[in-house]
Amino acid sequence: MIDHPEKQQALRFFRQLVRVRTFEERVSELFVQGGTAGSMLHLSIGEEAGAVGVMGAMREGDGFTTHHRGHGIFLARGADPKRMMAEIAGKSSGYCRGKGGSMHIADMGLGHLGANAIVGGGISHVVGAGLTYQMKHNGNAAIAFFGDGAMQQGILYESMNLSALWKLPVMFVCINNEYGMGTRLDRASATLEFERRAETFGLRAAEVDGTDVFEVYNRSRNMLEDVRKGQPAFLKVNSYRFHGHARMDKSPYRDQDEEREGRKKDAIAFLRQHIVEEGWYQESECDELVEEVKQEMDEALKYAQQSSNPSPEEIYDDVFDPETDNPVSVDFRIRQALHYSQG
Amino acid sequence: MAETTYREALRLALTESMRSDPSIIILGEEVGKYGGAYGVTKGMLEEFGDARIRDTPISEEVIVGAAVGAAMTGLRPVAELMYIDFVTLAMDQLVNQAAKIRYMFGGQIGVPMVLRSQGGTGRSGAAQHSQSLEAWMMHTPGLHLAMPSTVTDAYHLLKHSLTLNDPVVFLEHKGLYTLKGTLEPDKALPWGKAEVRRQGGDCTLVSYSRMIHLCMDAAETLSKEGISVEVIDLRTLHPLDMQTVSESVSRTGRAMVVTEDCLTAGVSAELSARIMEEAFDFLEEPVVRLSGEDIPIPVSPQLEQGSVPGVERIMSTVKMLLRR
Ligand SMILES: Cc1ncc(C[n+]2csc(CCOP(=O)(O)OP(=O)(O)O)c2C)c(N)n1
Ligand SMILES: [Mg+2]
Repeated sequence: MIDHPEKQQALRFFRQLVRVRTFEERVSELFVQGGTAGSMLHLSIGEEAGAVGVMGAMREGDGFTTHHRGHGIFLARGADPKRMMAEIAGKSSGYCRGKGGSMHIADMGLGHLGANAIVGGGISHVVGAGLTYQMKHNGNAAIAFFGDGAMQQGILYESMNLSALWKLPVMFVCINNEYGMGTRLDRASATLEFERRAETFGLRAAEVDGTDVFEVYNRSRNMLEDVRKGQPAFLKVNSYRFHGHARMDKSPYRDQDEEREGRKKDAIAFLRQHIVEEGWYQESECDELVEEVKQEMDEALKYAQQSSNPSPEEIYDDVFDPETDNPVSVDFRIRQALHYSQG
Repeated sequence: MAETTYREALRLALTESMRSDPSIIILGEEVGKYGGAYGVTKGMLEEFGDARIRDTPISEEVIVGAAVGAAMTGLRPVAELMYIDFVTLAMDQLVNQAAKIRYMFGGQIGVPMVLRSQGGTGRSGAAQHSQSLEAWMMHTPGLHLAMPSTVTDAYHLLKHSLTLNDPVVFLEHKGLYTLKGTLEPDKALPWGKAEVRRQGGDCTLVSYSRMIHLCMDAAETLSKEGISVEVIDLRTLHPLDMQTVSESVSRTGRAMVVTEDCLTAGVSAELSARIMEEAFDFLEEPVVRLSGEDIPIPVSPQLEQGSVPGVERIMSTVKMLLRR
């Protein structure tokens, strides 16, 4: 029997959503064990549909950048969770060989032009990538993912204007989780209709419900068609940050009732219910899928734990092209000045 | 051979590079129709068209930021900032992004872009159009930094910048655009090699960009008084050719650093420390730093002149160093 295409897609999305959440849960465990490089771990639990829905609409060859809360976006793009986890652990088997970590993960092969720890820092890179794609006529699109906090950064508006002015194949995706660290959006922004800002610059703009992965996907796919023709777009995905800003944060600044309500905006729960109601999967089959994903992510965690640390002398590599000399060490300078032999 | 201006040499370098490398584009404010605020790109729009010579809005951060993204995806952008003073608006893109991307991403990719701009005093541009901010760039690992003083260097250093796989900050001097000289197209020194502009035995002047010319004038006049000054033009501040400097100081025993940027934590501080580290045994006197004053640049031509080293100051400081 041939499966209903919507069923196939629903199951694919469901698996992806669960993968993102489970990956983040394992990151959290890794942190508790003291295995992450640093504590600046921004989990995207509650924001899975933005990652999975938009990525579902992207094509091979498209480029993208993310903000600091970008694990889920990269995973949905097809990243290897093992190498991601290893990078978050600062290991040499990680995507950036332990130099970038959670906030600077990147992979040119998958078009990931980099996560960024400067709020708004990666947005303008897709303008440049879009320019490259336009000049090469390759039909690719460049997508910037960022949080609601970046809606208040000037670079976004320079980027929107230039994208529209030059008709670049660029899409701006705001993952609105209602908070920038501890500041709720309504205390950071005088107006909340961000689509209108984008429209003012000549972009197509829409807002979607981040609990409905299909809505995110359909809207993105629709927008990306026009984006590829040179009509840049802006999409705001409304969701809620289930946990603290970073792993250490317990969100004392948030109201309990608000949190309880916010966590009901759960794309995974909604899709699961839909799948069961449609009769595409039984509850037990959903559980099996979740188990499979858990195993996958347990392996990723183990892989990261077992990977080796980079060797200390690697600190001087990659500042410049390997053809160029590496920077000289501080110790070298001291020995040179005092005429000690170079150790 | 016919004389060429510094401006023409830069334009020639850009033009020839763009002819041979179709991935090179230029973007910046007024680079196209207007021909560049200082006329460097004049006429290039006609040859290369508006897809490759791109006028941008007055949006410094996205000019540099888009160049970063374009460089990461296969173009080789030349981003022009009208004045280096405006780099403050693009500092995140230069310092946190362009300079660090190769490293943060574990060497996966470089950012082959050139940020062209101009700085320095000489036109009464006042505090926001006259600064020498090269120390900020030099203080940022991951950036190359070229500061040509001559027509030939303007040409070769820019051409070379357009072959590197990492970001280059290319700083011209607003007072040099009309400088004339013989362009020596075959005289390409290796990247990162300093040049001894004048040989001498009494002391070594280390400098770059416009100050080289002042050092040369001072050295010429001093020679008539029997003082023999060696002048070293660093050409690039990253890479920094300390070997040429140390070798010279080992002969002269006296070193003076001449820079237009301000004194405190400036380029002269680094150079002086390096000379101390690498040629201490040869030094007869402490390294002397003749730099810009620690003040914003004032507009009055008289005050402006007093804020940066001049030929007279260079001569009198050399004499102090030589205890004459
Ligand atoms: C330029 C800059 N300013 C401040 C910070 C500190 N900071 C890190 S994350 C964050 C909140 C960002 O909020 P948002 O963009 O909504 O992303 P979210 O964390 O909610 O995913 C802040 C203020 C930073 N990293 N970069
Ligand atoms: Mg937020």
